[in-house]
Amino acid sequence: MIRPADTPMFAERTHMFRWLSLALLLKLVLLVIALIALRAQAAGFDYALSPQRIADGVYVLIGKKEDFSTGNGGDIANTGFIIGTDGVIVIDTGPSRRYGEQLRAAIARVTPLPVVLTINTHHHPDHFLGNQAFPSDTLAALPDTISGIETEGSAFNDNLYRLVGDWMRDTEVTVPRRRLLEGRQTIAGRDIELLALGGHTAADLVVIDHTSGTVFASDLVFNDRARTTPHADIPRWLDALARLERLNAQQWVPGHGAVHHDTAPIRQTRAYLGWLSRTLRSAAENGLDMAEAMSLPIAAEFRTLALAEHEFRRSVAHLFPAAERTALGSR
Amino acid sequence: MKPAHPARRTVCAALGIACAAALPLAAAGRVLAAAQVPQSGADPLDSSRWDDMRRAFFADAAVAFDTNVIVTAPFTAEDPLNVPVAIDAAALGDVREVLVFADFNPIVKVLRVEPLAAPAAFGLRLKLQQSSPVRAAARTADGVWHVGGAWVRTHGGGCTAPSLGSGSAEWQQRLNEVGARLWPGVGHGDRLRLRIVHPMDTGLAPGVPAFHIETLEITDGKGQLLVRAEAFEPIAENPVFSFDLPAGIGASGPLHIRGRDNNGNRIDTRVEP
Repeated sequence: MIRPADTPMFAERTHMFRWLSLALLLKLVLLVIALIALRAQAAGFDYALSPQRIADGVYVLIGKKEDFSTGNGGDIANTGFIIGTDGVIVIDTGPSRRYGEQLRAAIARVTPLPVVLTINTHHHPDHFLGNQAFPSDTLAALPDTISGIETEGSAFNDNLYRLVGDWMRDTEVTVPRRRLLEGRQTIAGRDIELLALGGHTAADLVVIDHTSGTVFASDLVFNDRARTTPHADIPRWLDALARLERLNAQQWVPGHGAVHHDTAPIRQTRAYLGWLSRTLRSAAENGLDMAEAMSLPIAAEFRTLALAEHEFRRSVAHLFPAAERTALGSR
Repeated sequence: MKPAHPARRTVCAALGIACAAALPLAAAGRVLAAAQVPQSGADPLDSSRWDDMRRAFFADAAVAFDTNVIVTAPFTAEDPLNVPVAIDAAALGDVREVLVFADFNPIVKVLRVEPLAAPAAFGLRLKLQQSSPVRAAARTADGVWHVGGAWVRTHGGGCTAPSLGSGSAEWQQRLNEVGARLWPGVGHGDRLRLRIVHPMDTGLAPGVPAFHIETLEITDGKGQLLVRAEAFEPIAENPVFSFDLPAGIGASGPLHIRGRDNNGNRIDTRVEP
């Protein structure tokens, strides 16, 4: 029986094939590496920010209705900017240095005017960790937001590195030094009013552009996304919503979710917070354990909200202990 | 605790929420990591620590992974200092003790409960240092350990942080103060819930020695011991416990909760039914 592999010629050819295939394999590996590198470069940690004009001189960048992930780089909150006659007012700077830099570049594509005021509406990481990209003397916030960033900023920063990875590269906490107060004034030639509210956090700043009737409502208002409550004081939050609802606005920019032209997102936020606190209070008053409270069903009207179950379980962790202390008569 | 116990139905009814009996379990399966494990020799949680756990706690005793031991815990712990866990092994019947432990905690043992005259169903809060299975092992009268568990993911750091209490003077005035209440008709009978003011320091934070509750005993109005519990360092600061007790347990008078911490400070309170 002739075994082809035994013939010298064939053996040589096999040998040759082996080398050929090895070279091919090597090329293929190099190609794959190059492709991966190219893809990373093409992706380039690009948030693909595209300012959306919602009124004359008023732009928003709508974040994804998602939780922090390596896929979205933390681009989950809305930011915006208002162009005046002699400068630009920036409202929130996003979750990372890269976001801040890309936001600044996006602004520069729209206007050559300088940034004169950079506002952090509150001290949550998706709203201020882009501060590094903006002139430090323009960074401004309410006093309690400033102290919140001072005390909790670096823990937030560390946590975001864990949650979104290399999107965070070189991001450092930059604390705003300008302390904002409530009131109406002309900023960059625009008729701007600031409201110092709270409830979502210790200090939540609402920015009203009277020229266009636009209200940047900060995270006091979420649109079609479950609310986050790590620093929430719900009665105070509801008071803030009542005040917002009395404003005569043309359009609302929520902290998360799409821009809206009526107060539906305010009403939805109020209804959600009411349901949340009632649910947790009665769970505690009915003797449920916290682990059981976490598996309670979401009310039908909120089940379709983005991140409904995830945020409900987080909210149980934030809010149930207080409800439970009351139920147990423990201070 | 039964997944669809009367308390939940009561709450759901009170909230006006359509709450099919299957809902809590379905929700638990999806949103919480509840134990849905087959009875077999392989660790359903696939933890590299399982063999160590088995050797450390059960030696040569028979061990079975058992879906009758339901561990309800969040899939992701929002607060690693205060992770809620509910355990229900009542379906096993005659449970002599339940051991709660977390494979990857620096101090693995969390709580040991002897449900002497009570259903084997209770809730606790623990500190997690990193993501870990949280398990409950229930020993039945025949000496077999029945194990259930759930993975809990967390960003961690729960065990090496000093308690908030250790940094304030307030707890010293209120140490071992108990807030407690008995709910008739909740869980597998009546449910006792209690919160104890205690820093529960693990001893792993630099310069802060271990300081924690060691024992808790619950007796009924006639002096019958219902539950004995042994707590370890990973139990959360100002811990909250739930214990399911036999129905109608308050009829014989107020419950008596007694215990002590590792410095000999006493816990002693009565709970009016």
